[in-house]
Amino acid sequence: MASSSGLEITGIDAGYGAVRVLEGVSLSVPPGQTVVLLGTNGNGKTTLMRSIMGQVRPSAGSIVATLDGQRVDLLGMKPEHVVEHGIVLVPEGRRLFPRLTVEQNLRLGAYRAVARAKLAENMALCFELFPRLAERRTQLVGSMSGGEQQMVALGRAVMSAPRILLVDEPSVGLAPILVSRTMEMIAEMKARLGLTVLMAEQNFHQAVRIADRGYVIVHGHMVFEGGSAAELQDNELVRKVYLGL
Amino acid sequence: MNANLRFWLGAAALGLALVAGLRLLGNDYGYFAGYFVLQYVVLAGAWNILGGYAGYVNFGAAGFMAAGAYSAIVVRQWLGWDLIPGIFAAAVVAGLLGLGTGYLTLRLKGVYFSIATLCLAVVLQTLVVNWDYVGGSRGAYIIHARDIPPFNSYSEMLFIVMLALAIITTGIGRAVEMSRLGRGLQAIRDNERAAEAVGVPTLRLKLVATTLCGALMGVAGAPLPYYSGYLNPEAAFSLAYAVNAIAMPLIGGAGTWAGPVIGAVLLASLQQAATVTISSALNLWIVGWMLVIFVAVAPRGILGWFRKRT
Repeated sequence: MASSSGLEITGIDAGYGAVRVLEGVSLSVPPGQTVVLLGTNGNGKTTLMRSIMGQVRPSAGSIVATLDGQRVDLLGMKPEHVVEHGIVLVPEGRRLFPRLTVEQNLRLGAYRAVARAKLAENMALCFELFPRLAERRTQLVGSMSGGEQQMVALGRAVMSAPRILLVDEPSVGLAPILVSRTMEMIAEMKARLGLTVLMAEQNFHQAVRIADRGYVIVHGHMVFEGGSAAELQDNELVRKVYLGL
Repeated sequence: MNANLRFWLGAAALGLALVAGLRLLGNDYGYFAGYFVLQYVVLAGAWNILGGYAGYVNFGAAGFMAAGAYSAIVVRQWLGWDLIPGIFAAAVVAGLLGLGTGYLTLRLKGVYFSIATLCLAVVLQTLVVNWDYVGGSRGAYIIHARDIPPFNSYSEMLFIVMLALAIITTGIGRAVEMSRLGRGLQAIRDNERAAEAVGVPTLRLKLVATTLCGALMGVAGAPLPYYSGYLNPEAAFSLAYAVNAIAMPLIGGAGTWAGPVIGAVLLASLQQAATVTISSALNLWIVGWMLVIFVAVAPRGILGWFRKRT
């Protein structure tokens, strides 16, 4: 299953009140690729993710998704409608519903009508991808380990019938071995569901393992664009501003 | 569907048994005490929709309740409407009040939302005190017929009306809990940003919840002037309503449809017993102690305590 859905962000400015976080940021996610957005804390990765989802409203620029050949303008769209188009965010820090069970969390992933129609099918897929969740379906999510919670977060995204998956800092709060496992899970999800992936990460070495292209964001500006994973690793600028070598 | 039918049949059977029991008792006091308890079942059930499922703590229950009570007085003076149409008017007025409050305050989260609802009650009370049409601070009288057949007495009729309202409110709470609306509200309670990210229309659901919560609180207050025959702002905006509306669901088990019923029956019966045997001045004292005990021993309420054991 190859994806034909991509994302094109051109020159967006966004922020909170008087604070400008993003200035003239452009980014392209070609269909079927995994694009990684690198940057340390406070450089605007999450704001960019939230802008795509409609949770933050950019003051300039454009965000256009191509979904099965159709152009959809996402700018100014409400989050619930963005989700309906199959653009699904796994938020930073997982942000699950701790007082609900695994199954209830997964069901909430299929809240919109489009995803609800495929609820049973996606639930089965979810349990196939993450067998651990099937064993724990009645457990309260708040009582699970960080790695298991990460599975619930990814599983919840599967339930939303995604075409473009946005993942915001999946490595936060996880042990190194689990970060590595998480990257593999995302790659597996991408292959199984035929996704296009945009992932924000600060763990450079783990992220480039699964990336086709990379961007580096510093203080709300893109300092390095495009290229392959190898190109990223060799780039002088990246080594200097991001890796501090 | 089976479970739904069982719920409604069970509620109706329980209601009939209550009426039959009180008739056998043959004492008007039974109806008065029963009304007192049941109005809190409605109030607590209404609070639970916004506070228990969505996690937004409403401190303005007295304001919504009084809005309902005064709506009933206004439509009576203005249009000559009696109790039942008065209840509908109260639902509409308090529901709109809830919608408006929600629209203005739902950008606020946590304790800020609670403070805003507290302010609403104060503002409303000041308005009513200065509104001569409904008696201002002197209060308003409602003189009703002594008996209305087929009921044995007026208080029996009021009791049965409140019983029906309590059953309907509990049924609505249960329906909310089992619906997509309830699941969305629970998601908002647990993590509003994540709820947004999975496509829960958070603002719309919160507005539905504030409207429903407000309307049902208004409904709880509408028969109040008929019950006491006289209503002044001090009684209608009583702190007791605001405190009990929060304490009862918390003690019974917030976020479950049966929790507010259990909490209301327990706390209101205790308060009614204290009113008769000692003094009504002790009512809030009792609520305070119960809250302290429950926070220490069973922070998730009676239902939460049992659920943990099994």
